[in-house]
Amino acid sequence: MTINETQAQIVEDFELFDDWMQKYEYIIQLGKDLPLIDEQYKTDDNLIKGCQSRVWLHADYREGKLFFTADSDALITKGLVSMVVQVLSGHTPKEIADADIHFVDDIGLRSHLSPTRSNGLLSMLKQMKMYAIAYQSKTLQ
Amino acid sequence: MFNHNDTTATPTAPDIEKIRSEFPILQTKVYGKPLVYFDNAATTQKPNVVLKAMDDYYREYNSNVHRGVHFLSQKATDAFEEVRRKVQAYINAEHEHEVIFTKGTTESINLVASCFGKKYIKPGDTILISAMEHHSNIVPWQMMCEDRGATLKVIPINDKGELRMDLFDDMLDDTVKLIAVTYVSNTLGTVNPVKEIISKAHAQNIPVLIDAAQAIQHIGIDVQFLDADFLVFSSHKMYGPTGMGILYGKEKWLNEMPPYHGGGEMIKTVTFEKSTYNVLPFKFEAGTPNVAEVVGLGAAIDFINEIGLDYIREREQQLISYALEGLLSIDGLRLIGEAKERAASISFLVGNAHPFDVGELLDKQGIAVRTGHHCTEPLMNIFKIPGTVRASFAFYNTEEEVDKLVAGIKKAATLLA
Repeated sequence: MTINETQAQIVEDFELFDDWMQKYEYIIQLGKDLPLIDEQYKTDDNLIKGCQSRVWLHADYREGKLFFTADSDALITKGLVSMVVQVLSGHTPKEIADADIHFVDDIGLRSHLSPTRSNGLLSMLKQMKMYAIAYQSKTLQ
Repeated sequence: MFNHNDTTATPTAPDIEKIRSEFPILQTKVYGKPLVYFDNAATTQKPNVVLKAMDDYYREYNSNVHRGVHFLSQKATDAFEEVRRKVQAYINAEHEHEVIFTKGTTESINLVASCFGKKYIKPGDTILISAMEHHSNIVPWQMMCEDRGATLKVIPINDKGELRMDLFDDMLDDTVKLIAVTYVSNTLGTVNPVKEIISKAHAQNIPVLIDAAQAIQHIGIDVQFLDADFLVFSSHKMYGPTGMGILYGKEKWLNEMPPYHGGGEMIKTVTFEKSTYNVLPFKFEAGTPNVAEVVGLGAAIDFINEIGLDYIREREQQLISYALEGLLSIDGLRLIGEAKERAASISFLVGNAHPFDVGELLDKQGIAVRTGHHCTEPLMNIFKIPGTVRASFAFYNTEEEVDKLVAGIKKAATLLA
């Protein structure tokens, strides 16, 4: 699936739920299902700043594509992280760097997230794009 | 306005709906659900009388205070100075010029740290604070100690979150020049034995600053009875507007301390060579003050007096007992802070759930609580936790709201398990 197809899929999934508690329940379930990051990558270097909860993000570059793994000490955060990972992981650095991430707004999540959570999510997206841009410039050399 | 003094309405059967109807925000809905507001330790909601007093000020007599020759300025000055007397009466200060208007508790503490520090603190001196202080009663002293070559020492707490008064006496050596301690912990709800602290400190000639930000709205305070040297609090935590606070200081200290900020109002004469300073309280009130907010605080004090602090205290104690009982019925809930004497904040954790997650799921159910370290990071380190969920109560909360909180936490705990 392309980045946009995955985003469309997530938006469709969220349309199944009537109220926000159900949506949160789904987000929490996604968090629980997120494949765990390898413990060795839960270092301070991989910590994303700007969130009340802690988020670790690790990037692997294999056969021209970037793969992300992540974790958080808070379950809702983990669920949000899981969605972003699902959308961006397994694509080329160029695709990730150029991606327009709109699913958070499309499902109305942005306005429901507390500002600290929302800022944390933005920092995470920014960090993933930074990885992509870094690998993009490496492959161009 | 309120008939709680009437024999038919005791604290067990208050006219709660009437009280709640005075607070417009309590009638609002969030996410389509009636707002349940349990973040009162962060700020309290404002009654109509406060909103109206501020509105009236801007509509009818907005004017700069003190130096004006005209009618409006005189009217504004009278209203402004009347509030100083209301505050004086509220805390039973000996003189009205011992009441200094500031921007809030934080500015009040910074003022004392800076001015007291300049006048009295020398290298080798010690400032004593407690382990449960808010950052605003830690950092100003750290900055002052760094500046003056002094040392900051900390009164420890026990695992219930109470001050180790057994260790306190031995900490009062000759180097201690000031003690700054909170009356009520914003995170744990602990009520500290401030009267005992002050009397022991005074036996060694050590002055004491009391941070009353979390006490002023819950407990009757008499600065002369306590014999406090300084006592600080904010308007917005006692149903008044934000951006306004009080520094109470004994006349002797305030007279001896140098001014804080320079500017208009705080001077007697100004030449390019040298300025002389105004008398108390104006010496510490440089610039145009927050007149509307001061007027709003006056209305808040009238409001509290009308309801009665005794009633407020009794009602809040009922709510806390009821809440503690409900919270402790939740599987895996752990209280952070179990002091025998407590006021209106309860901190807790649920199982392994992150406080941030619990707070967010409560929010989606219309319940406002606070999560995180509550500006008491050193305290969180002592308890070895990243933060807590804190529910803090005001007399306008109800048992029904507490039931919603308990049910909401149970729901969150199930989702997060």
